[in-house]
Amino acid sequence: MYKNLRWKVLTIIIVVGVFFTIGVYPLLAERYHMPLPQYLKANQLKLGLDLKGGVHLVLRVNTDDALKLTSTTTSEQLRESLRSGNIPVTNIVLEAPTRFRVEGVPPDRDSQFRQAADEITATNYNRNPLAGGAYEFTMKPLIERDLREQAVDQALQTIDRRVNELGVAEPSIARQPQGDQILVQLPGVTDVARAKEIIRSTAILEFKLVEAGPSSSKDDLLKQYNGQLPGEMEILQGSAERGGTDTGPLYYVVRKIAPVTGQDLRVARPGLDENNQPAVHFELKSGGAQRFGKLSGENIGRYLAIVLDNRVVSAPRLEGRITDQGRISGGFTTEMANDLSLTLRAGALPASLTYLEERVVGPTLGQDSIRSGVIASATGLALIVVFMLVYYKLSGVNAIVALIFNLVILIGLMAYVGATMTLPGIAGFVLTMGVGVDSNVLIFERIKEELAAQRGVRASINAGFSRVFLTLLDTHVAALISAAFLFQFGTGPIRGFATTLSIGLMVNLFTSIFVSKTIYELELSARKEPALSI
Amino acid sequence: MHIFTNPNFNFVKWRWHAIAMSWVIIIAGLVVIWTKGMPKGVEFSGGTIVILQFDQNPNIEQVRGALSKGVPDGGNAIVQQYGPPASRQVMVRVHTAGAEAGGSLSATAEQVDAAIKKANLGNPQVVGREIVGPTVGKELQTRGTLATIFALAGILVYIAVRFQLSFAVGAVVATVHDLLITLAVLAFFRYDLTLNIIAAILTITGYSMNDTIVIFDRIRENMRSMRRDNIEHIVNVSVNQMLDRTIITGGTTMLSVIALYLFGGEVLKGFAFTMIVGIITGTYSSVFIAAAIVIIWQGRKPVKAAPAAPIAPAKKPRRARAS
Repeated sequence: MYKNLRWKVLTIIIVVGVFFTIGVYPLLAERYHMPLPQYLKANQLKLGLDLKGGVHLVLRVNTDDALKLTSTTTSEQLRESLRSGNIPVTNIVLEAPTRFRVEGVPPDRDSQFRQAADEITATNYNRNPLAGGAYEFTMKPLIERDLREQAVDQALQTIDRRVNELGVAEPSIARQPQGDQILVQLPGVTDVARAKEIIRSTAILEFKLVEAGPSSSKDDLLKQYNGQLPGEMEILQGSAERGGTDTGPLYYVVRKIAPVTGQDLRVARPGLDENNQPAVHFELKSGGAQRFGKLSGENIGRYLAIVLDNRVVSAPRLEGRITDQGRISGGFTTEMANDLSLTLRAGALPASLTYLEERVVGPTLGQDSIRSGVIASATGLALIVVFMLVYYKLSGVNAIVALIFNLVILIGLMAYVGATMTLPGIAGFVLTMGVGVDSNVLIFERIKEELAAQRGVRASINAGFSRVFLTLLDTHVAALISAAFLFQFGTGPIRGFATTLSIGLMVNLFTSIFVSKTIYELELSARKEPALSI
Repeated sequence: MHIFTNPNFNFVKWRWHAIAMSWVIIIAGLVVIWTKGMPKGVEFSGGTIVILQFDQNPNIEQVRGALSKGVPDGGNAIVQQYGPPASRQVMVRVHTAGAEAGGSLSATAEQVDAAIKKANLGNPQVVGREIVGPTVGKELQTRGTLATIFALAGILVYIAVRFQLSFAVGAVVATVHDLLITLAVLAFFRYDLTLNIIAAILTITGYSMNDTIVIFDRIRENMRSMRRDNIEHIVNVSVNQMLDRTIITGGTTMLSVIALYLFGGEVLKGFAFTMIVGIITGTYSSVFIAAAIVIIWQGRKPVKAAPAAPIAPAKKPRRARAS
């Protein structure tokens, strides 16, 4: 009667065997020191940070910074071009990250101004005339969106490179659905403060010519310019972390435009300066080296400010033409020099970052969670086993076998698809037991009903499975719909829950219907007189 | 074995009482939420949690004293034993986090650490911490609500396609009912709303459909075989026929969730509690609420045309046996 029975049994044995090998066996092998082949070890079930221990950080990329940089650069280019074209304007002001204003365009030079301005700004900015010879330049919305996107992407790549340089095993750096947020997960990291500092430091390196200073007072510097700094210059503070003598903050007047920046760096590595103090040695790419050679050659005897994140780290005198190599020293400790060369190598961040969320799970806490998860799973399973045996007698065994296969395939499939088991995922695992056995309950109750209607055992079993199938499909689809939205909503741990629950539900359709029915068929084929213990 | 042999309770007769009782619980819950607010976990309100492990179990009062001295707003900190006493762990929750700007998010956590170290309470080690700035919480609330609404809409459409609109409305109303009752009970017991609890609530959205769909399936089957009966009778017969399985399926899930509540550890307790409430109200609502809504929506007229099952034509019309 059941001619395909042999094939069905074989299918089940192979499926369960395979998933047991890739899912459950590696866990047992690790616990009881059994041999574990490398390919199984490499693909074993991944544990989330909440179980393994580690750092979970959510950062926001302040994309306004990137827009501001673009607007500043554009307005400075416009200033240069107006100067060389002899078009006098009274002022150029940055009003917002996406907007700047030019004031005092002489009426007789208006058309020349517009021509010069359009050459530089027309692709990215809209130009609006204001009253009194002023113009407002506003960034085009599409450009603004692109720049924000780019800033986040670039930040993501930079963080990725920096974290890789940190040498963390299996880090995860991912963009969050909120657009400007980035999730960084560092398993097993203990020095949270250092990791955060390295990820966050913008590391924007610029070389700017010093026009005046240093001086310990901003006002003294301003006096040299009659209280009004020329538009192309700015005042920067010297780095506070100067080794040794504490002289208070120093100020420099520097040119706003930096001919050479960190983007021109080819390598950066920690080393020592001539006084045997920690320093960072760098080499420039060819384009940067050319510009650096021109800058240093034309300005011998002047001072060059090395600016890191808008602070003057040091301002050495240009003794001669320098092309492709240089050194940054400024009272660093060895670790500071190491970290600085790391961040310089990995590239600058296009925008500053803000930490929104920080979670640290110590390894002990994770182990506690795993232990309670295992105890809860074992207890849940035991309670269900007892109930099913008492209530459904031998058919209960059928349901229990199906349930255990369900759990084995669930773990194996999670390992296979590379899903992550989290603490809420354990809850999903335990819940799968309760919900999974429900499918068998529905089937058994239907079989009882058919038996009560005086049908034969075989007919009752067939009717039980076939009639309940659609009901089960409906309940499982409904549950999967909500699990899908849960996955969409959640981050890390909650996604682990949604994944575990979804995979558990799908596997359950296979085990509660195909496996259970095959077990019945196996049982009935062994007997002459069909009988059912239910 | 049966829980009930041929049950014949008149559930439909009691539907108005059931609806009234549900309203009482929901309104009471809303009043509590309105007056006292829904307590929120750090994910939603922002704040700092530090979990410390000591050499010996410390005196909670001493920890509290150390915090009120060393941490701004430390007097309002929540200090609890974390996990079983053997783990010698204490959870400290302060309602503030360092400023988001300037990268000092963890400032409060460090103050907590320093204050407790200073108090000399037996070699405290920070084993875990969780710091959430205020922006994240607001976004989460919106996204949690949206996810629930979309999940409900998805299920509404699915059931409307597989059954008919009145069934879909009944199922969704029953589920919304379950969510409101669960929120009300959470508010009564002052459970902090955390991500895990939101996960439980979304799980209930899917789970509470299960019993309802099982009963609806039987109603649909009986509508075909009991064409002469009115809808109230058909619904009542169906609910009675399904009574055993409604209780058993709820019960097995309950067994697993109780195991989770008792042994699953501190973090999953709220999740398990929410699921326990959800399973109870889900079972209750599929018996009393979902079916009642179908009756109300369809009116009291006798069934005209039975909706066809999408697949597998009925074998032969059978009389329902349980009445």
